[in-house]
Amino acid sequence: MFPPLPNPTVQATLATYGEQDLVRRSASNNPPPARELTKVAKLIDVTKCIGCKACQVACLEWNDMIEQIGVNHGVYDNPLDLTPDSFTVMRFTEWVNPETQNLEFLIRKDGCMHCADPGCLKACPAPGAIVQYSNGIVDFVHENCIGCGYCVKGCPFNIPRISKVDNKAYKCTLCSDRVAVGQGPACQKACPTQAIVFGTKEEMKGWADARIKDLKSRGFQNAGLYDPPGVGGTHVMYVLHHADKPEIYAGLPNNPRISPIVELWKGAAKYAGLAVMGAFAAVGVLHHLVMGPNRVTGEDEQHAKKLAERQS
Amino acid sequence: MSADEIGPSESVHRGDPVIVDRYTPSARINHWITATCLVLLALSGLALFHPSLFFLTALFGGGQATRAIHPWIGVVLFFSFAGLFLRFWRLNLWKGADTTWLARLREVLGNRDNEDPDLVEIGKYNAGQKVVFWGMTLLIIILIGSGLVIWDQYFADYTTLTQKRLAILLHSGAAVTIICVWIVHVYAAIWVRGTITAMTRGHVTGGWAWRHHRRWLRELVAGRREHHGTKATPAE
Repeated sequence: MFPPLPNPTVQATLATYGEQDLVRRSASNNPPPARELTKVAKLIDVTKCIGCKACQVACLEWNDMIEQIGVNHGVYDNPLDLTPDSFTVMRFTEWVNPETQNLEFLIRKDGCMHCADPGCLKACPAPGAIVQYSNGIVDFVHENCIGCGYCVKGCPFNIPRISKVDNKAYKCTLCSDRVAVGQGPACQKACPTQAIVFGTKEEMKGWADARIKDLKSRGFQNAGLYDPPGVGGTHVMYVLHHADKPEIYAGLPNNPRISPIVELWKGAAKYAGLAVMGAFAAVGVLHHLVMGPNRVTGEDEQHAKKLAERQS
Repeated sequence: MSADEIGPSESVHRGDPVIVDRYTPSARINHWITATCLVLLALSGLALFHPSLFFLTALFGGGQATRAIHPWIGVVLFFSFAGLFLRFWRLNLWKGADTTWLARLREVLGNRDNEDPDLVEIGKYNAGQKVVFWGMTLLIIILIGSGLVIWDQYFADYTTLTQKRLAILLHSGAAVTIICVWIVHVYAAIWVRGTITAMTRGHVTGGWAWRHHRRWLRELVAGRREHHGTKATPAE
């Protein structure tokens, strides 16, 4: 068993980190922070998950949200997808293992992966609406959010959802507010099987190694850790029994990265666009300075007068 | 040449200088609604295009308001421009002479007093104006199309993420291009003195028409409107 975090004291505790610890701030130049926090991570061990949805309930509870009463779609997924209120959702997949012909019930807790290289933050046009702390947590600052949905397009995991109520983007905060007072995320706290554990990123990798060794000894030869390098690694990681094919877990991307379209749009296009518009304006000014205005002469007016009179 | 080289209700008023009607009041109102929309769209769009321009959102009442209003202005512009298109498309059809004019653009930009008929015997619109017209038309179609794809508030459910990513890249590229076309349009109106009254008061001087759109002037003087639809010979 992973040693659980102690319960908090009943006294109010000051946050151990805050705005001074931002490493990235959307659409802004962020000064590098004076200190670097220890990287944290949440490890979701898919192989231990029993699909009880305690994590979903804890998430709603802690974040003080009420999900709409849903409809039974004939599957366990409820709600069917992430929503502005449900930052996490259990995705159930019935998968027939072609080697053993066993029906495997795969359950993956979906939600923000807290990428080291966050596509949402890269795409965001609103200064300070998306921030990244030096401990790895990527958070949305709602008072700065303009609801444009660029983060949805930037995210390689299709996580953020825009509220129809206040037109702002919502996603898992990794319980940044709880982490700041020495607690783990609410979902981790509620998990009855330790399928969710929380600690430093190093601790989580170590814990995952032990889990993977155990799984391999029990016949899951392809068990492994999902910490995709295409997005610089993530601060939410999975232990998968079939790490060679993550897509069987309800479409977990095999090699996620920020879409090259988004990179082009937020990279070269942004600077080239300004440069081209500036160049057009500059050429106009320069042409006028060098060539001067194109004026109608008295002679032109006389010609026109003669033409008008001749025809009458 | 056919009578479609001149527009409706255009006439020449003798005097000193000669005054030539160029745009009806409704065409001018239509133009200025479109122009206002284009400027507002450029300002609100640029605010979301580059962080250094985000301050422009203050003009629209903040980021949320800018995000909400930009697509609606786009809808107004689309319909307003459609009005301009219906008014002007026929006079902007590309002719062989336009290719010649465009090939000799350097001489036009050089302010050379050239009496070459290729450069002065021009109908209501020269090739440069036609490029602006068709450029605006094409880009506005691209912008409204890609804009609807990324109008998440109402249409998020109709397209995939990849389609939205492509649409937003296309939208940005088309927006940059249309701003450049707009710069050309505005600069040409400033550089060629005497042009702006066409869209403010509705008329230009005879000298302006003689200098820049001589064939248009000749046809107006010859009263081609009376012969509308007939296969008359050129007015020269």
